[in-house]
Amino acid sequence: MSTLKHASPGLQFDEQSIFERGAPGRNAASLPKLDVPAVDVAGRLGGLARKASAALPEVAEPEVVRHFTRLSQWNYSIDTNFYPLGSCTMKHNPRVNEWAARLPGFGSAHPYAPARGIQGALELMARLRTILAEICGMDDVSLQPAAGAQGELTGLMMIRAHFAKLGRSPRKVIIPETAHGTNPASCAVNGLSAVPLPRSAGGVVEIGEVAKVLEEHAGDIAAIMITNPNTLGLFERNLPEIAKLVHEKGGLVYGDGANLNALMGRARPGDLGIDVMQFNLHKTFTTPHGGGGPGSGPVAFKSFLTPYQPTPVVVKRAGANGEAHYELDDDRPDTVGRVRSFVGNFGMMVRAYAYLREMGPDGLKQATDLAVLNANYLAAIVKEFLPIAFDETCMHEAIFSDKDVKKATGVQTLDLAKRMIDYGFHPPTVYFPLVVSGAMMMEPTETESKQTIDWFANALRAIVEEAKLDPETVKKAPHHTRIGRLDEARAARKPVLRWSPNHEG
Amino acid sequence: MASVNVPDGLRYTKDHEWAKNEAGKVRVGVTAFAVEQLGDITLVELPKVGTKVEAGKTFGTVESVKTLSDLYAPLSGTVVAVNDDLASHPEYVNDGAYDKGWMVVIEASDASQLDALLDPEAYKKHLAESDH
Repeated sequence: MSTLKHASPGLQFDEQSIFERGAPGRNAASLPKLDVPAVDVAGRLGGLARKASAALPEVAEPEVVRHFTRLSQWNYSIDTNFYPLGSCTMKHNPRVNEWAARLPGFGSAHPYAPARGIQGALELMARLRTILAEICGMDDVSLQPAAGAQGELTGLMMIRAHFAKLGRSPRKVIIPETAHGTNPASCAVNGLSAVPLPRSAGGVVEIGEVAKVLEEHAGDIAAIMITNPNTLGLFERNLPEIAKLVHEKGGLVYGDGANLNALMGRARPGDLGIDVMQFNLHKTFTTPHGGGGPGSGPVAFKSFLTPYQPTPVVVKRAGANGEAHYELDDDRPDTVGRVRSFVGNFGMMVRAYAYLREMGPDGLKQATDLAVLNANYLAAIVKEFLPIAFDETCMHEAIFSDKDVKKATGVQTLDLAKRMIDYGFHPPTVYFPLVVSGAMMMEPTETESKQTIDWFANALRAIVEEAKLDPETVKKAPHHTRIGRLDEARAARKPVLRWSPNHEG
Repeated sequence: MASVNVPDGLRYTKDHEWAKNEAGKVRVGVTAFAVEQLGDITLVELPKVGTKVEAGKTFGTVESVKTLSDLYAPLSGTVVAVNDDLASHPEYVNDGAYDKGWMVVIEASDASQLDALLDPEAYKKHLAESDH
């Protein structure tokens, strides 16, 4: 391993499960003396009473604290280092968001509180909807879906409800191979079937291809689901013409907003012809992502889809005394119904709102510009030693292939990714998108400095050099971790999903 | 891609399936090239005996540590045998793409369909052109 100044020895994972700690009879609870009559539990529960112990961990408080603190220290997170996962938009989570989410009126609001007791929370939701609608050029937003894929599901449910109202039931959805990976699953869950659109030579969807599929499935196309920029990091430059054509043929246009970080403040999906889309607050709008969640996937839509949005909807009404107040409206006969308990992941809405107010319109534009600049800067360095899938100006991410290094040394994407861990970096997204052989997908986001991007690129360059001189070291990586290369195939073929006392770990 | 095994006597599809004529019935699997691209295979989902398959349409899926891929029928007909061993031993596809990793046997609705598939030379040419 070369001596890079800013690389640290790898990730470290080694901690017994909490069930293997402690000793019989030890506990961390100190209960008061029983001052009520004892209850015969077995008598009350009959056959349901537990006969053997539940085998809960028997540990003292320091053991509990150390166990979970160690686990947290051995974790890798956006708070510890650069997270270049393409397509994931792993950006910094500003601390001001956390401050806002912990304000008692937000953090302690009870989900069953009546509307009159949570006016501030409802107002925040109404304001967030307005801001998100403005950013994407749509008419309104439902904040309820709990994650991006649930947003897709909800958007497609609304599309189906729209067609049902018109007395139609088209069953097919066109999905380019460069769209987000969750799109076909969202179709399937909706009882729709995906019609894949093969990747064009230029990487973007071509209008002729769409026209062909529309013809082939005439009358049965509910929508096209298009991700812009697409998973190759390219702007779908034909989108307005494609949207026009799909609309002419009676279909709708669903926009996957997962990559909105490259457009925010600069281009509006609604202006490009999209009818309904989801946001990923945990990507674009800096709420925690990847284990720190939960996520939040609001759906934005044009006004003709408003009747179908999930309920309840926050509405502003004039009260008897003439003063406006917010209410939760359930009386929407055409709604697709509720998709999430209560109002959705409210804490994420507060964080996103705090971010949006902190940034303002100019700040959002600047964030987008820097996200694109950072991706192009990283791409310009990396393409010196790894072939870039599309050698043109990229948006927020760029994709590279292992084909040259694999041909020359036998080292492939998986090996390069594992070796990144030895250099103290989280690997990029690998083997996605599927349309690039041995893909490595990198997305630095606007929150990484030039130095961090340089250190990351230097480490990757060092590994590609190393592959030529000493391929075995790279193929057997990682070496600087508690556990070496995991047998992923065996884990998938014979998974052990739960710890049990008899299992020899 | 000269190193990839493309046995003589088989027919191939551009989607990297092989087809072997066994007295009117056709044994089908995926090629060594497909296996190399997929990496370690973890799950193979195949149709039941009696299922009708259509040339060029999917008849199953193969999942590896890298990806999930569709299997495309090289020709139309009825499935008359399925390699049940793959349910518990998906690694057979990695170990022997052309023998113990076979997937289904199809009774072709029209045996001449085989002639329309690629011969070994044409498949090798297809691999070279794909520039993988």
